Amino acid sequence: MTDVKLSNAQIAWRAAQDIEDGAYVNLGIGFPEMVAQYTVEGREAIFHTENGVLNFGPAPKPGEEDWDLINAGKKAVTLKPGAAFFHHADSFGMVRGGHLDVAILGALQVAQNGDLANWRVGNKGVPAVGGAMDLVHGAKRVAVITDHVTKKGDPKLVDSCTFPLTGVGCVTRVYTSLAVVDIEDGHFVLREKLPQLSMDELRAVTGAELHLDGDVGELIVPEL
Amino acid sequence: MDKTCPGLKEAVAEIPDGAVVMIGGFGGSGAPIELIHTLIDAGPKNLTVINNNAGNGKIGIAAMIDAGMVAKMICSFPKSSDPRAFTDRYMAGEIELELVPQGTLAERIRAGGAGIPAFYTPSSYGTELAEGKPVAEFDGRPYVQERWLKADYALIKAELADPYGNLTYRMAARNFNPLMAAAAEKTIVQAHKIVPAGDIEPEQVITPGIFVDKIVEVADAKQEEELIRAGVTYD
Repeated sequence: MTDVKLSNAQIAWRAAQDIEDGAYVNLGIGFPEMVAQYTVEGREAIFHTENGVLNFGPAPKPGEEDWDLINAGKKAVTLKPGAAFFHHADSFGMVRGGHLDVAILGALQVAQNGDLANWRVGNKGVPAVGGAMDLVHGAKRVAVITDHVTKKGDPKLVDSCTFPLTGVGCVTRVYTSLAVVDIEDGHFVLREKLPQLSMDELRAVTGAELHLDGDVGELIVPEL
Repeated sequence: MDKTCPGLKEAVAEIPDGAVVMIGGFGGSGAPIELIHTLIDAGPKNLTVINNNAGNGKIGIAAMIDAGMVAKMICSFPKSSDPRAFTDRYMAGEIELELVPQGTLAERIRAGGAGIPAFYTPSSYGTELAEGKPVAEFDGRPYVQERWLKADYALIKAELADPYGNLTYRMAARNFNPLMAAAAEKTIVQAHKIVPAGDIEPEQVITPGIFVDKIVEVADAKQEEELIRAGVTYD
């Protein structure tokens, strides 16, 4: 097994390439927020945040924050021309009502049937779910960005999730540090993999069968 | 009609022990800090508090929890940059938690204000948060039944208010505030400015005054996030 893999920035870059012009997009808190930095030149993405803002922009300069203008991660953001504010029920109506084109979320585990676990590791400590269980329903595409394996080296693409579920059968595509995998009819279907990686090497770190459907593309990402 | 109240103390004085209190805000934005701190001064006990979060640092809802006033939190995300107040009480078994997905929390509050006792949502289906709740299929997909949330009181932060209780909000400080204003038996508002009737354009009103009972002007209201970053504590 080679130790070659994409950085988080490179995974975010790859996910950003699939955001079409004019898309309404929700990025989960943390790592997924990085996707906004790599939107494709010439395409416009309108970002939605659960706490009631559409078309927000990047963080302001330090010292210029307005703490009434934040995203769901409670980080200060800015507004783009054409932005809108709305209350929380409207905001989640946009989510569940099928109005978002894509939601990009992090994951602890994704199962081959599209189940997602991303809110809780076990039963210890204070549970906190936020908007995770809502965001997995309604967007036309629910994509996950994640390292292919855990820090310990365990697969994050699994047969069935062992961590508490966030949603059932909800994920449509996974961008990992090694591959791009679609979920179709209860299976992982490999779309792209790092060219340096053999199929056997990839299968060894994937916790469920990787199906093939035609050619596997090369996952090629610029140095970032 | 004049819903103006002379001071914060008078505004919250009637909130009794055991009340269910919705508190607007998402993190620090839209949090009615001055109403909360005046409520701590008044000291009712055994409250159920409904908010997206469960307090941060040593102010606001965290200070209510530290003061031992909160028996139960209904929220989606009881974590923050400094969640010590809630975490300590929760781990000690001294505070009850009803964890609700954020969109479900918003819709339950909206339903409470709109007179809809229950509704179905896809959120939480197949997860531990749906355990024990009725499930029904619509157009071939499963949905979880959720019930309305109502409160005895709502504490709201607005930007402008007029004597009729019509309200506007500042930027993303709107969040849960308009929903909670409608879902409480009595809605108490702190507004940055109270303006004469007619000064808020009817087209600009976000919360119509029918949902509002008392308004207090707090011209120099503090922003919770700024207080936390400055290390301010309630006492």
